[in-house]
Amino acid sequence: MTTTLLSRDEIAAPHARAGLRCALRGEWTKFWSLRSAGWSVFALAFVTYGLCYLSTNALRGQSNIHDPIMRVLVGFNFGQFVMGVLGVLFLSAEYSTGQIRSTMAAMPRPGIVLGAKAIVVGGVGLVLGEILSFSTYFLGRFILAGQAGQIALSQPGILRVLIESGIDLAVVGLIGLGIASIVRSSAASLSIFTSIMLVLTVVLFAMPGVIVHDLSRYLPANISSTIFASTTPNQLQGTPLFSPLFGLLLISLYAAVLLFAGGLLMTRRDT
Amino acid sequence: MIEVRGLTKRYGDVVAVDDLSFDVAPGQVTGFLGPNGSGKSTTMSVIMGLNHPNSGTVTISGKKYKDLRWPMREVGGLLEARALHPGRSAYAHLWALAQYGGIPKSRVDEVLDLVGLTSVAKRRVGKFSLGMGQRLGIATALLGDPAVILLDEPVNGLDPEGIRWTRDLCRELAAEGRTVLISSHLMAEMARTADQLVVIGKGRLIAELSVSDFVASSSKQSFKVRAANTELLIPALENAGALTLREPNSCLTVMNLSAEVIGELALEQQNALYELTDLCSLEDAFMEMTENAVQYRAS
Repeated sequence: MTTTLLSRDEIAAPHARAGLRCALRGEWTKFWSLRSAGWSVFALAFVTYGLCYLSTNALRGQSNIHDPIMRVLVGFNFGQFVMGVLGVLFLSAEYSTGQIRSTMAAMPRPGIVLGAKAIVVGGVGLVLGEILSFSTYFLGRFILAGQAGQIALSQPGILRVLIESGIDLAVVGLIGLGIASIVRSSAASLSIFTSIMLVLTVVLFAMPGVIVHDLSRYLPANISSTIFASTTPNQLQGTPLFSPLFGLLLISLYAAVLLFAGGLLMTRRDT
Repeated sequence: MIEVRGLTKRYGDVVAVDDLSFDVAPGQVTGFLGPNGSGKSTTMSVIMGLNHPNSGTVTISGKKYKDLRWPMREVGGLLEARALHPGRSAYAHLWALAQYGGIPKSRVDEVLDLVGLTSVAKRRVGKFSLGMGQRLGIATALLGDPAVILLDEPVNGLDPEGIRWTRDLCRELAAEGRTVLISSHLMAEMARTADQLVVIGKGRLIAELSVSDFVASSSKQSFKVRAANTELLIPALENAGALTLREPNSCLTVMNLSAEVIGELALEQQNALYELTDLCSLEDAFMEMTENAVQYRAS
């Protein structure tokens, strides 16, 4: 084996300093170079299209369907879990494998690493979410055939549901990433994520009292359910729900707060 | 050039590195020697900007790690554990990091070729043997063609051919004028690879000396010396041409002098000798030096 080494300075630096642009390229490569990325996209498409087929097919021939777009996009309730898990693992797996040490040696400013990861997760989630929501919508229209008029794009709220559902997927992915940036461990991050998204909703529903119900409208899962429907159920056991747009802003705020806190912690802690 | 000044790192109550200062000069291989648990890896993590010290500073070419404009092009590190995701191919791992450093794809092929992993580049690194993993780590360190290279226990898990290859590579990198710091707990391996030694134990600096000094003197004769007033004895020994290393419990390792001369010098000073023990080999000298500093020992 011969060792031929490059003379130094042979590789010109593309710009003044390694920054977000470089980090973004690196994270983009990292995201797609794991098999789990492809599988997750497949799972996401399979669940949304599959559940759309099952739930929409059952509606055929029925007249006066309540909120058909909600039935068409029913798979998004599961899809957002897939995206959230993807967001969690994109960072927590770096900690569990030790990859984070290579990453942080290459980019010693953790805020930029986390920022690049957030842009990749958010970007992939948004593009994938919009493609899935619109393609699922057209699949639903195809299945409903004669009744498709009920979910025409001109109907009130339909376009809003399609656009916001895609955004929701991105935001939930960012919530996952944000939790991982604080907690680091995959197992702990995933259980916290599922607790917030699922268990907490169930637990709060089982609790008596108006105050608890008042809290439950702040839960991401309940906010998402208003986003995925064109007719908002204004009440959740007597407590008014947030409007879809306000809800979307609220969960975006959750993601931003989590990521900001995680970024601060990553800067302070040893890697 | 790496400058470590007054570095202290605590994990809770445990002091991993204790007021450590040393320099690593370019153009030579510096061996970072110490028993397991002596703080080598912690020190290297601090140099790489991964761990934050409680006090003290580390600079690389005069800058703090986090202030380097292109970290990958200035410092390359192989850190103790495998710092990579097992699900990624060797190629993807290197390419992602190359992008972080604004390094072209052609350089990825080059380092893969350099470490002899071209044929398995598309294979997932989780399937790699320990030796292949080490080679990939070295490839990662060389990716940005850096002037400063840190390798933490690079020969761990390598076969004799791999050990020789790593040794030759380190020597070649140093000959090109780079700063090379490699850590090991194996004295014999260090003596063959390094020019300069930084020896630590329990997070403290024990000695900073050239390997040739160390080898020449300790292969002649070296002694463990303990006297009534050890401090008083040191200048007398050094005037007589000895190389002395201070050790815990007022002990000294004295090289380059015979037992007779050491004894007579002590007598001249009316300085009672409590101990004058012959240390035979290099390994013994190292063991002796770090004896009191070993934290974890098989009982």
